[in-house]
Amino acid sequence: MWLTNSSVGRKVVMSVTGLFLILFLTFHALMNAVALISLDAYEAVCEFLGANWYALLGTAVLAGGFVIHIIYALWLTLQNRKARGDDRYEVSARPKTVEWASQNMLVLGLIVLCFLFLHLYHFWAKMQLPEILGDFPMSGKNALATTFGQWWILPIYLIGFLAIWFHITHGFWSAFQSLGAANEKWIERFKCIGWWWATIVMGLFAIEACYFTWFFAL
Amino acid sequence: MEKNISFKLKVWRQAGPKEKGQFVTYDVNDIPTDTSFLEMLDIVNEQLIEKGEEPIVFDHDCREGICGMCSLYVNGHPHGPATGATTCQLYMRRFHDGETITVEPWRSAAFPVIKDLMVNRNAFDQIQQAGGYVSFNTGGAQDANAIPISKVAADEAMDSASCIGCGACVAACKNGSAMLFVSAKVSQFALLPQGRAEAKKRVKAMLSKMDELGFGNCTNTGACAAECPKNIKLSNISRLNREFVCAKCSD
Amino acid sequence: MEETIIKTAQPVIDSKIPEGPIAEKWTNYKAHQKLVNPANKRRLDIIVVGTGLAGASAAATLGEMGFNVLNFCIQDSPRRAHSIAAQGGINAAKNYQNDGDSVYRLFYDTVKGGDYRAREANVYRLAEVSNNIIDQCVAQGVPFAREYGGLLANRSFGGAQVSRTFYAKGQTGQQLLLGAYSSLNRQIHAGKVKSYNRYEMHDVVIVDGRARGIIAKNLVTGKLERFAAHAVVIATGGYGNTYFLSTNAMGCNCSAAMACYRKGAMFANPAYVQIHPTCIPVHGDKQSKLTLMSESLRNDGRIWVPKDIEDAKRLQAGEIKGSDIPEEKRDYYLERRYPAFGNLVPRDVASRAAKERCDKGFGVNNTGLAVFLDFSEAINRLGIDVIRQRYGNLFDMYEEITDVNPGELANEINGEKYYNPMMIFPAIHYTMGGIWVDYELQTSVKGLFAIGECNFSDHGANRLGASALMQGLADGYFVLPYTIQNYLSDQITVPHFSTDLPEFDEAEKRVQANLDNLMSIGGKRSVDSIHKELGHIMWEYVGMGRTKEGLETALAKLKELRHEFETNLFIPGTQEGMNVELDKAFRLRDFITMGELIAHDALNRNESCGGHFREEYQTEEGEAKRDDDNYFYVACWKYNGDDETAPTLIKEPLHYEAIKVQTRNYKN
Repeated sequence: MWLTNSSVGRKVVMSVTGLFLILFLTFHALMNAVALISLDAYEAVCEFLGANWYALLGTAVLAGGFVIHIIYALWLTLQNRKARGDDRYEVSARPKTVEWASQNMLVLGLIVLCFLFLHLYHFWAKMQLPEILGDFPMSGKNALATTFGQWWILPIYLIGFLAIWFHITHGFWSAFQSLGAANEKWIERFKCIGWWWATIVMGLFAIEACYFTWFFAL
Repeated sequence: MEKNISFKLKVWRQAGPKEKGQFVTYDVNDIPTDTSFLEMLDIVNEQLIEKGEEPIVFDHDCREGICGMCSLYVNGHPHGPATGATTCQLYMRRFHDGETITVEPWRSAAFPVIKDLMVNRNAFDQIQQAGGYVSFNTGGAQDANAIPISKVAADEAMDSASCIGCGACVAACKNGSAMLFVSAKVSQFALLPQGRAEAKKRVKAMLSKMDELGFGNCTNTGACAAECPKNIKLSNISRLNREFVCAKCSD
Repeated sequence: MEETIIKTAQPVIDSKIPEGPIAEKWTNYKAHQKLVNPANKRRLDIIVVGTGLAGASAAATLGEMGFNVLNFCIQDSPRRAHSIAAQGGINAAKNYQNDGDSVYRLFYDTVKGGDYRAREANVYRLAEVSNNIIDQCVAQGVPFAREYGGLLANRSFGGAQVSRTFYAKGQTGQQLLLGAYSSLNRQIHAGKVKSYNRYEMHDVVIVDGRARGIIAKNLVTGKLERFAAHAVVIATGGYGNTYFLSTNAMGCNCSAAMACYRKGAMFANPAYVQIHPTCIPVHGDKQSKLTLMSESLRNDGRIWVPKDIEDAKRLQAGEIKGSDIPEEKRDYYLERRYPAFGNLVPRDVASRAAKERCDKGFGVNNTGLAVFLDFSEAINRLGIDVIRQRYGNLFDMYEEITDVNPGELANEINGEKYYNPMMIFPAIHYTMGGIWVDYELQTSVKGLFAIGECNFSDHGANRLGASALMQGLADGYFVLPYTIQNYLSDQITVPHFSTDLPEFDEAEKRVQANLDNLMSIGGKRSVDSIHKELGHIMWEYVGMGRTKEGLETALAKLKELRHEFETNLFIPGTQEGMNVELDKAFRLRDFITMGELIAHDALNRNESCGGHFREEYQTEEGEAKRDDDNYFYVACWKYNGDDETAPTLIKEPLHYEAIKVQTRNYKN
């Protein structure tokens, strides 16, 4: 199967799952934005995405996307380290045109992963998980209040957002490059689109987190 | 104006493929700045031979930047700090009096060290042998002008074809990936009508050989293109991906 | 002396030129030659030494035909051979530009360019197959330059009045070599060619008077290995590095050719050495190699030195720069002397003219050994963008080496803009001489063939620009694969050879003894220091301007140098594993012998022609003066058992049927 046993195939899997996760993040940010306008409307969205079959299916697909993206990332990194050989360079310099993020995707990914666990603990573990287990879920509003009611959560979230921002600024155009959709002109265009996309989406998250902290903690 | 500089030269010395290597530092004095980097090594070697020691072994041949033989990793850059140039086109005026110049071989699992700074790049030949050609026999060609080829495509193919197979892309890549090298050859043929007939077979064969030989996976850092002495573009890699994905999807 | 040799020259040279009018010779040959049927080709092994244009194309084509090919190169990959460095282009008589070109005209230009010292029939065949080469390369995917309409572009090149040169940017040699390399790779993949990289041929093995194998050194392990075959093809390039500083690659050497010479293959016209006019001048005594600037620069660049000797002196002292000298004080000496061809005269003419000016004291750099190549006029006429588009990469290369950018505006005098000129000087570039071969490219040893620069046949006394690539590929793709069958057709019953034959034992022992001897000298001097000395002797006395006294001095000095080599050489390390110095020493011994051979030939040839200029033989205007009555022959040199003894001269008279021999004229 070429998606597992060829290098380009493996990159295609990384790209598709990565783009899928970017898309998910975009929807996530938009849904959160509802809470900026009306907490009641946000509650309705949370209820809509409770433990219904479609929400569960969505969650499963999403989780699958994450897991595949992470497993492939580890797999590729291990292979790449092996390909580098046993002796490391004594001196190595990063050429000007090479983005810092592109050479540190794994580290960024690990930070994002830690952040993800924290975030799941804050929300998913209190909302959808109990519902699956047959318990009574916490309301979206309460979950927001418990989490952002503590002011020190904000800086942690902002660090997570920053890591995701770096991860996406490279990941976005890199995905299109791996899928073969880029050329000399479009590499630059994808880089530009990716930068704006990451900035708008992660900016929205950051505004939301700040607003919730202001609303619930201060 | 030309002047003389002195510096410390920190060189990787390794007696053979299975021996353990280490850095040895030499004091190099009064090198005119219009000397090329390899001529500087020649001078150091002459001094070593005078002392009865074995000279530093490094690959070099044409010394005009086209054969792709020279392969030194100088101060953290394949082919040294100059852009768009090979090691043999590097001149000492790029360096400063009193600095330490670190010279290492290409480091990649697929390019084992033979001796000192010389590595075995046979893997590149093997990739080319897997499919880097148009299958036709001598004498069977039609008139050269029978198929017009747009100047744009021909020029782009030429840009891709100017790869010298030195391996700087692999050396520069933190993943030890050979994608820029493979993509340059695949692109050259993919862009020309003569190469289209067996394009699918070619891209699959060359890529699977590349994977088999232990090169890493491309993560699009772009270090390869940034360090390439012939300015092979990153878009070639995208074309390679496209060719490969399309070939696999049409299987 | 010549008289006696003509009378006593016992071996009559049979160059096997086919019957018939010149235009039909090759067709006739192919129609009547013997062939080997496909089933029998499988039984025959062929060794091809070298992977340049000639070697790679021959190995690939022989593999395609079904022979078993063993292919050797000293580099880490076949793709590195020095053919890769050819910049300008490749000639072919396609007449795509409708400027009146034809096979005959290409043939004529090549013979005339070679100063009427080439073998006519070979040159005609070369011109004839030139068109097939272009077809072949395009089909291989060689990205030649094209016009907007999609058809192939051409340019004119030194010494030609038509646009017949095909090119791929400034990297034509590279693209053609990569084309041949790709065909070679296909055969390696198919198992028909076995490729041996980092192997160096040390000797050819002769069994019953036929070449049957080689002894090669594995440069990585340091071990000698034996290889047997039904025929051996040498495609190991020229001997330009005899001069130490040349445009050849560092690894280029003449050892394989010398091994053949010592085993009885005659060496033809060694004195014909081409000196290329547009190289970057020597800058110091530590220099290892000269860099060629493409001859195409002469299409737009104008070559000049100052008119006033005072200006030249100030240039040499570094007081003024070239751009400080106004138009009226510049001497465009090529345009002055050769109005019809101007800056585009053939290489030998341009080189000699530069030497003449520098000898008179008009040199323009600190050593007084350089002339200017100026683009001011072209930039003012066409704009810097057009010029940069044409030569930008060459300008950049020049700047990297010399720190001067030739496209940079440097001065304005009376409203006239002056740009930084390049400095150039002639340097050893190509060797027209080589192993003697007949029409079939077979040497005087049966079963031993020589192709490409390594043989002597097609360029006479001087090679035209863009003809080397043509010859290498013609030999490899279209000539040798046919002619070798004429030899092999009666070999089909000969089984594969064993390398245990006593001839292999003996050859290997001799090679080993040679290496042991080199290691045991235990003197003080490095290989390079002796090689540099050899280069100085050669350039000084056997270079651009030769005299009887100088050549005699050279022979005496070379004898001393050989003694120095044999008693005072030092090679560090052991024979175990890779020993670069040992390999260089092995080559240097042959360079010294080669140097003597060149000097002997130059001394014998009491005339000036092409790349061989004897100062005693020139016209009042300083042009080369040929002596067709006495020297209208190929000088073939036969080895006399050891390197110390002078070789014997055997002459192959030249017969011209299709061309009337004239004095070369580039003036009008």
